[in-house]
Amino acid sequence: MPATDHGARSLPDDPGTTSATLDGNAIGGLLLNVFGTEMTTATGRCGSCGKASLVAELTVYLHAPGTVVRCPTCTAILMVFVSAHGTTCVDLSGLAELG
Amino acid sequence: MSPVSRGFHRRHAPDADPSRVPPGQYVTADFPVLSAGPTPRTALRDWTFSITGAATAKTWTWDEFRALPSEKVTTDIHCVTRWSKLDTTWQGVTVDTLLGQVDHTGMFVLAHCDGGYTTNLPIADVLNGQAWVAFGYDGNPLAAEHGGPARLLVPHLYFWKSAKWVRRLELLDHDVPGFWESYGYNNYGDPWKEQRYAGD
Repeated sequence: MPATDHGARSLPDDPGTTSATLDGNAIGGLLLNVFGTEMTTATGRCGSCGKASLVAELTVYLHAPGTVVRCPTCTAILMVFVSAHGTTCVDLSGLAELG
Repeated sequence: MSPVSRGFHRRHAPDADPSRVPPGQYVTADFPVLSAGPTPRTALRDWTFSITGAATAKTWTWDEFRALPSEKVTTDIHCVTRWSKLDTTWQGVTVDTLLGQVDHTGMFVLAHCDGGYTTNLPIADVLNGQAWVAFGYDGNPLAAEHGGPARLLVPHLYFWKSAKWVRRLELLDHDVPGFWESYGYNNYGDPWKEQRYAGD
């Protein structure tokens, strides 16, 4: 079983999600490594729909070649993380704000 | 509810012929579901498949697509997350058949999918019986979680190139990285050369 952090919850199934979906607590450790600080209590604002959410409330897809974080309201991609050869590629371009 | 889908408990197939398993892979009897977003569920009445770009544009409805000649394929598949599955059985339309109905000049293909996913391939890798738009798996309609109603099947490359929910092939005269390729995955993805990441 992949490790999850901070007591991450799987999100309920609905037509737009799968049982592989987790909340943002699942990447608490990853975010700590990338940002050097606790980030699950930070707020991210979606660059597509403008909705602000706690990072802990974002929708996370771990079962993919990388980690994809989506807006829980409009499903737009907010963050992507890919680790290769000891380097983590980070794309935050889907976020209008993070702090 | 378990946060882990059933396919992620490794169930190894101990009798696999090692000559069929690329380096760094293990053989599984399951069919893990990998997804980077919500599963699209396009109704067949709304589904179309198109060829665009450096080609005479053409679009098929589902009924028109299904009326094309198709073939059954038995092949091994290799995911970059290190699982391989042997002797998978598919039914699909060859990309040769689809491109045979248009005039095209592009040297590269960018596959576009429901949900916004893309992946890029040289056209040489989707011709000559190497690639299909698959609509059946294991004798049944392809399930949405595995890319149904139709996905690209390019089994000689890592499985991220076999794009789920494919809806359009864009022919290009230059190479454009797809979704995972733009985040550091290998542009080509040959599992036998273990081309997982850029520079491999």
